Amino acid sequence: MLLQQLVNGLSLGIVYALIAVGYSLVFGILRLVNMSHGAIYAFGAHIALMVVTLEWGLVPAIILSCILTAILNVLFDRIILAPLREKKSTNIASLISTVGFSYVVQNLLMIIFGSERKAFPKLFDYGVIEVFSLRINSTQIFILLTSLIILGILTLIIYRTSIGLAMRGTEQNTRAAQLVGINVKNVITITFALSGISAAIAAFMVAGYYNAVYPNMGAQIGLKAFSAAVLGGIGVLHGSVIGGLVVGVAEALAVTLLGGAYRDATAFVILFLVLIIRPNGIFGKKETVKV
Amino acid sequence: MKKSNTIYVKLKEFYWKNEKHFISALIAILVSLYFLNLNQYFYRVLTMICLYSILALSLNIVLGYTGRLSLGHAAFYSIGAYVSAIMQVRYNIDFFIALILGVIIAGFFGFLLGLTTMRLSGSYLAITTIGFLEVIRMVLLSWESVTNGAFGIQNIPRPKFFGYELTTANGGIYLLALVALIASVYFSAALNDSKLGRNLRAIKNDDFATTMMGVNTNRYKVIAFTISGAMAGLAGTIFASMNRYIDPNTFNFDTSMLIVCICILGGMGSIKGQLLGALLLVSFPEILRSFALYRFVVYGLILLVMMRFRPQGLLGSLSTRPYKFPRGVKVKEEGIGGEPL
Repeated sequence: MLLQQLVNGLSLGIVYALIAVGYSLVFGILRLVNMSHGAIYAFGAHIALMVVTLEWGLVPAIILSCILTAILNVLFDRIILAPLREKKSTNIASLISTVGFSYVVQNLLMIIFGSERKAFPKLFDYGVIEVFSLRINSTQIFILLTSLIILGILTLIIYRTSIGLAMRGTEQNTRAAQLVGINVKNVITITFALSGISAAIAAFMVAGYYNAVYPNMGAQIGLKAFSAAVLGGIGVLHGSVIGGLVVGVAEALAVTLLGGAYRDATAFVILFLVLIIRPNGIFGKKETVKV
Repeated sequence: MKKSNTIYVKLKEFYWKNEKHFISALIAILVSLYFLNLNQYFYRVLTMICLYSILALSLNIVLGYTGRLSLGHAAFYSIGAYVSAIMQVRYNIDFFIALILGVIIAGFFGFLLGLTTMRLSGSYLAITTIGFLEVIRMVLLSWESVTNGAFGIQNIPRPKFFGYELTTANGGIYLLALVALIASVYFSAALNDSKLGRNLRAIKNDDFATTMMGVNTNRYKVIAFTISGAMAGLAGTIFASMNRYIDPNTFNFDTSMLIVCICILGGMGSIKGQLLGALLLVSFPEILRSFALYRFVVYGLILLVMMRFRPQGLLGSLSTRPYKFPRGVKVKEEGIGGEPL
């Protein structure tokens, strides 16, 4: 039973990890928590749902959803955040803007698609596999594998390509990166695109897992993923993955030990504890404030 | 352009000269609305404007003065409402005692949130306050023996003031909310001019430099949250008595967002701004009924547009008002720095 919950927790946790990476990517470069990430995630799910309803198939759904979500995320940065950076606005102004944007997206989704839960087809539903009395759903295996592949690709992009090098450089010092000829604007755009794509894929899989899409779907899971990102040390990619897994497993354990009502509170309890005990997270570096 | 500018400046100067008369006239108008015996709907909207003004003033202490974004202010609102409702329904306690209890307990929760978040700032703080709101809502939903869970608390008694029943229909609740609002405004103004207010504004401008000046910033951050929580709780207690029914979903993230919107539209740090913001944003879905569906989109757009083009809000710009010296201080006609006054 415990092992069973562990498996459930891991398969959800890896999705949290995927969303948490989206937070981490943007945070690493802009030192800004993108509060609209949950709404972006819901947007991805709705695009996928729309394509599925049009009966174009699941593969075009995920591709279109990725592209459009990436475009929306990039536009958000270009139209709303970039002018604020140019004006050298305070950090809180950007933060409030991300909150405002998430609100606009979420409520437009609600007006266009309706606020009720809409059915989404099951993904890779080939029944249940039993291994040593463990019941593993084929969807769970699919989610685990896909997430691992996507996380692997993201890691490769960041640590093995020139654009990844530029991203890491910008993360360390934007000024210096500009001086050595990195086009910081492009780096930020690519970061937002990557974060949008990871959110769209995560949304697609969660929609397939629960068979449901609704405009508020990003609010809860976005906060959980944020907790995961903070737990692992926001801005650190492998930290986000481990944080996501820990949050997922903790949630599954809380359901078994305490009951379903406490499921959603687990992530917040973790968040509070981390922020009180170790605000930089497990793998986070301590940042010194320069005057 | 220039001419209109001078008229504007003259109007401003006229206002500064007669500020006391203006304020007393405004209060007189607002109080006289009570004697006009308007219909129930109108009183309800007016009361909501008063309550949201109080909420915005309460957020203003945290966001406007101290520069710390809280997205969980609906939690304090709900705590005030629930404490007052439970006290009245279960223990038959008089409304005014329940009100004081609600304010104290909401303030205590503000103190707790302040303690946990005193080392945080910016995004971390914002998300932690959302988490706080969610946890409070979850407790309200699942602690059924006390809060009656998702069904909420019904039949909250009407407050009685020396035997006179205050209802929405006779405008009594409106008068109550107005008195609470006036008290909150005066409290905010006094806070702004006090040592505490100066410390809070110093924290907003530069946390680090304030610490270097020997101010215990952590302490003041906690105090700001405590006061803010208590004020939001005050609004909550009156809301419970007006609505006579509360459930956990009355106080959700949308409520918090509305409060943040009011504070930012009116102008962070400005007291008049909060009143104007509440008037505009609370009455807008009532006036433009057909537009009500889009109101949440509009709230989001307000945040985006204000941050981009006027981050100081409608009334939050730096005052050009000449500094009023305290009584007994004589100023030479020369003024400061040789410039004539």
